[in-house]
Amino acid sequence: MMMPQTEAELAGLVMDAAGPLLVQGNGTKSAMLRPVQAAQTLSTKAMSGITLYAPNELVMSARAGTPLAEIEEALAAHNQQLVAEPSHLFGAEQTIGGVVGANMSGPRRISGGAMRDHVLGVRLVNGSGEILNFGGRVLKNVTGLDVAKLVTGSFGTLAVMTEITFKVAPRSEATGTLVLPGLDAKAAVKALSAGLGSPFCVSGAAYVPATQTAYLRIEEFAPSVTYRCQALAKQLGGGEVLGTEASLELWRDIRDCKMLPPGDALWRVSVAPSAGPAVLEAVAAQGVSGFLDWGGGLVWLAGPATQEAHDAVCAAARAAHGVWWLMRGPEALRAAVDVLPPESAALAALRRRVQQSFDPRGIFNPLKLQAA
Amino acid sequence: MRQPDPKAEILARRAELVAGLRHILPERAVIEDRISLKPYETDGLSAYRQTPLAVVLPETEAEIVAVMKFCAAHGVRVIPRGAGTSLSGGALPLADAVVVGMMRMNRILEINYADRYAVVQPGVTNIGITNAVADEGFFYAPDPSSQLACMIGGNVGMNSGGAHCLKYGVTANNLLGLRLVTIEGEVLEIGGTHCDAAGYDWLGLITGAEGQLGILTEVTVRILRSPEGARAMLAGFATNEIAGQCVDAIISSGIIPVALEFMDRPAIHACEAFAHAGYPLNAEALLIIEVEGSEEEQTAMLGRIREICERFNPVSMRVSETAEESAAIWKGRKGAFGAIGRISPDYLCMDGTIPTSRLPEVLRRIEEMSASYGLQVANIFHAGDGNLHPLIMFDANDPASFARAEAFGADILTLCVEVGGCLTGEHGVGIEKRDLMTKQFTKPELDQMRRIKSAFDPDWLLNPAKVFPL
Repeated sequence: MMMPQTEAELAGLVMDAAGPLLVQGNGTKSAMLRPVQAAQTLSTKAMSGITLYAPNELVMSARAGTPLAEIEEALAAHNQQLVAEPSHLFGAEQTIGGVVGANMSGPRRISGGAMRDHVLGVRLVNGSGEILNFGGRVLKNVTGLDVAKLVTGSFGTLAVMTEITFKVAPRSEATGTLVLPGLDAKAAVKALSAGLGSPFCVSGAAYVPATQTAYLRIEEFAPSVTYRCQALAKQLGGGEVLGTEASLELWRDIRDCKMLPPGDALWRVSVAPSAGPAVLEAVAAQGVSGFLDWGGGLVWLAGPATQEAHDAVCAAARAAHGVWWLMRGPEALRAAVDVLPPESAALAALRRRVQQSFDPRGIFNPLKLQAA
Repeated sequence: MRQPDPKAEILARRAELVAGLRHILPERAVIEDRISLKPYETDGLSAYRQTPLAVVLPETEAEIVAVMKFCAAHGVRVIPRGAGTSLSGGALPLADAVVVGMMRMNRILEINYADRYAVVQPGVTNIGITNAVADEGFFYAPDPSSQLACMIGGNVGMNSGGAHCLKYGVTANNLLGLRLVTIEGEVLEIGGTHCDAAGYDWLGLITGAEGQLGILTEVTVRILRSPEGARAMLAGFATNEIAGQCVDAIISSGIIPVALEFMDRPAIHACEAFAHAGYPLNAEALLIIEVEGSEEEQTAMLGRIREICERFNPVSMRVSETAEESAAIWKGRKGAFGAIGRISPDYLCMDGTIPTSRLPEVLRRIEEMSASYGLQVANIFHAGDGNLHPLIMFDANDPASFARAEAFGADILTLCVEVGGCLTGEHGVGIEKRDLMTKQFTKPELDQMRRIKSAFDPDWLLNPAKVFPL
């Protein structure tokens, strides 16, 4: 495994590469999307460390290989956090490069935006070994094409990120959760939608079918949490309210998919929130089940790693005009199926041209996203 | 600002090309006579003017597809245009280009409150979206000062911000999907009504691409429930430094107000004369701070902020007591450009972003430049996010004055980059900052962006001579 310690060393390795490279941070998400056929692995994990943290300017920069845990710890010391609340589903070893490369976002995505919404700038090495810098360290920047957004979520198929600058935010003083028991999926999503459509800034809205329970989160100053939870409870017809400690634990579990049933394959489906229940229902016959986040719009699913189960997930996502990601599964399945929805011919051609513009030799994580 | 030479063969074939456009479009969609072309000569950067070859005003996506195919086949340049409010010259025509105006595609196609989105055509005004959903208590969050006129298509093109993006984000953070027609006439469906892209973030790339990649025909925006209420307060300080320290202290305390605006003395005086909002004329720097929530929440939050402000010996402090007072406070801020227009025949509005901690130093340097260029400047600043709007006053009837203003502006933006910021926070590069791009980007960086542009528009027919140095 190649583990360069500097950007210049990394650029040299890219220039000298004779064939395809498996690009990764710590490899925690290697069972996600399509398997990559590459003789060599290029890891950014030796390029680690926070390079800038200005709490009063809500900004942090870190080298791509910096563990997510280290970043979260540094932020917590200043009572701050990552707005997108990335999942720890793939363990504490994830690097910030991997989190950004996969655009991983947790429950707060519904109110605070995705990881991609908080990436302010990236330094990267493209397929020609050029070291390039896009975006910056300021919170508002529309100078030129937004390459930082394009690279976020591209799973290392365009360039190797070496350093990422992102917006951070204060942690709320208190957290409260309104718990609504005894709801079927449809009634739950209706309640979540009402909560998200309320003036109370709901920052998490999830439903666990196994316990028939819906959860709505408020993160504010303490008096506001009390007031808003009560106001929500009044609007939605009662419900128990959890305090800060219990809420933090609950939403960590939701973030990390702790309520997901066991299964050899794991999917994520994103649809308009009201379509979430139909997705759950459509896949149940294949032994696939899960829970809803993002007010019903994010469906986490686990089930058997079979073509039939995968087809059912794809069909359900399609019927809801949504998209899917095969988040984890055995290599044979990941190589055989559409791990992401196939694009229209025009978009596929565009993707190939843009890929070519970054990586003319096609050496970075080839075919990670699509079979062609 | 140098413009590329018009293609002589296109100019020579003008009559034929206009006839061709008339053939594929309804009669009323094609404008070609000199008088009717006049309004399309310029945009919000009115120092630059150019009559286009022709203007087309399509009413359907199919018409846009036809126009794009026609222009691509004939090698004709295409300039997309919304309301023409761009402050960076984003809609400035070229003599050999067809302007595609979006104002007739102004329908709201769908509103979904349960899933909290609206599907609109690009010619709908920014405020038009909020107006359409306000009865149900919802709004569309990004609020550029030109929101009464500017169109959502232009907002997407420039990734527009506004005074409230500290809490709600800019345009890119409030979109779910769009439809884009490429120069080849392909219709790309990007995103939808769900969150997050499976595959590349085309939505993020297209937003803020300044019409370089295609023409929008549909935009799906997130709509949000309005807060229970909002209230603003004013705090005036003895120096810019002290006001800057107060901003730091507010953010460091864990409070993110919904808006946190900064004005320097010249801006305070101009805006007060215009809006009579009760701005403190004895202050060197003024903060407008707005919070949201119930009455009690507003009072509690403003109480916390007052306590912080008091640590910095404000020369004045006033919390708005009524909705009318809050409205007057915002009238002054949102009318700032008009207010400057009352005291100076012309002005250039700059748009750099800086790390907020560098504000006092940057304002000091701008003051020095103002003296050496002999031009007055007023500074308005989105203090929470570092977006600085110096308004440089000049007289357009005096070419020397305009040249000095442009040089002054370039110096300010160069300074923004030097202190770790960027050339433009929300107005876009357009033609105005095109030649400054080399201050922020290396040649390989610009070339990487150019290759992305080429992947969409291989012959560089879309909005040419903007964004990228010639």
